[in-house]
Amino acid sequence: MTEFNDAFLTAWQLLALSDARLSAIAWLSLRVSLAATLVACVVGMPIGALLAVGRFPGRRVLIVLFNGLMGLPPVVVGLLVYLLLSRAGPLGQFGLLFSPEAMIVAQAVLVTPIVAALTRQVIADEWSEYREQLRSLGASRSRAAATLLWDGRFSLSTAALAGFGRAIAEVGAVMIVGGNIDGVTRVMTTTIALETSKGDLPLALALGFILIAVVLAINAVAYALRGWAERHWG
Amino acid sequence: MNAWLTMENLGLTEGGTRIIDDVSLALGAQRTVVLGPNGAGKSTLLRLIHGLLHPSGGTLRWARPVSQAMVFQRPVMLRTTALANVVYGLKLRGLAADECERRARQALAHVGLERLAKRPARLLSGGEQQRVALARVWALEPELLILDEPTASLDPASSREVERIINEIAASGTRILMTTHNLGQARRIAEEIVFIDRGRIAEQTPVAEFFKLPRTAAAQDFLQEEMP
Repeated sequence: MTEFNDAFLTAWQLLALSDARLSAIAWLSLRVSLAATLVACVVGMPIGALLAVGRFPGRRVLIVLFNGLMGLPPVVVGLLVYLLLSRAGPLGQFGLLFSPEAMIVAQAVLVTPIVAALTRQVIADEWSEYREQLRSLGASRSRAAATLLWDGRFSLSTAALAGFGRAIAEVGAVMIVGGNIDGVTRVMTTTIALETSKGDLPLALALGFILIAVVLAINAVAYALRGWAERHWG
Repeated sequence: MNAWLTMENLGLTEGGTRIIDDVSLALGAQRTVVLGPNGAGKSTLLRLIHGLLHPSGGTLRWARPVSQAMVFQRPVMLRTTALANVVYGLKLRGLAADECERRARQALAHVGLERLAKRPARLLSGGEQQRVALARVWALEPELLILDEPTASLDPASSREVERIINEIAASGTRILMTTHNLGQARRIAEEIVFIDRGRIAEQTPVAEFFKLPRTAAAQDFLQEEMP
């Protein structure tokens, strides 16, 4: 029990003193996952909107595929991106493996299907409400998709946050393509895994607190944003 | 009276049900109101004419190409200002930004909402939203305006205001084709009544005659039920 209490105490001290190693790791985590989420939104949201309003062969198959890919195992994504980026792989010439960029790529691959599938749901709901009006005004399907993406911006923030939550919390993909190199590619989740296995519980615990705080803060912001939007735009 | 639209044996079948059944009709009046019981196919007929639905049989022939716009029972407002909602329709027609804004402001003034131009459209009252919807189509200056029960979910005051706007749009030269549940409104707006019953055209009669003595038993029953 004392060991447990000591771990907590040291964890709080690390947080209170904003320990340099701790903040570097937390900062890298945020940077990587925010960048990956941004990429996932830029790619995934238009895909989701086109899946919702488009009419093309294979649409249903793609919808099922993206819904299924929401549950992609991070280690598998890590492995695939590892193969792509490794020296002998098709993208090996860029030398990205074991860099933060590689981690961004891996998390973006992991999160894009989540953003696309959630976007499709939001836009499909909007489309059933707006369909006749937009067609009557002469909007093409791609134009309608763009209009609904903007109109659903507040609901879509939830899709982005779900993607970010997934990215910041996963460990398998970044572990494989980042390599967990101290000071270079060590993020919160990989550090927690490593330090716990080494027995350095305070650092792991402090990072765990930050991780939970980040996830809670994100959700609080999302909740507040949607409430504000509802009052402001209806 | 020259017909601007001729329908021949028009039909729409959905899931084995004939919603529009062998409709042959020539529309020539400047203001036509389609009446009929619930589920008679009034809205479906308007959607076929507007092109939102495709007939499963028959033809729809326009005397010449006609620019048209439609107002729905429940106005659909984008999550932006009233002004931007009106601008949106104009933008889709490819007009320059400053011309869009000028025409949108003018249209909002026509419907008496210029002071609400910058307000979020979805927070306006139902009546105000329907007036924004009318401004949105008015700004497009269509040759034909189709309205599907535009006052069905509005209070009497908003209803009168919407009716006034429809009359003004008609006065500017736009043809009106609408449905309504409000017989007084039909009487005030229409030149000609098309009465539709179970997907078929029962009769097409000048308005005064229709309200004095409809030609068909179905329409007589309808009037008796609606005007006790």
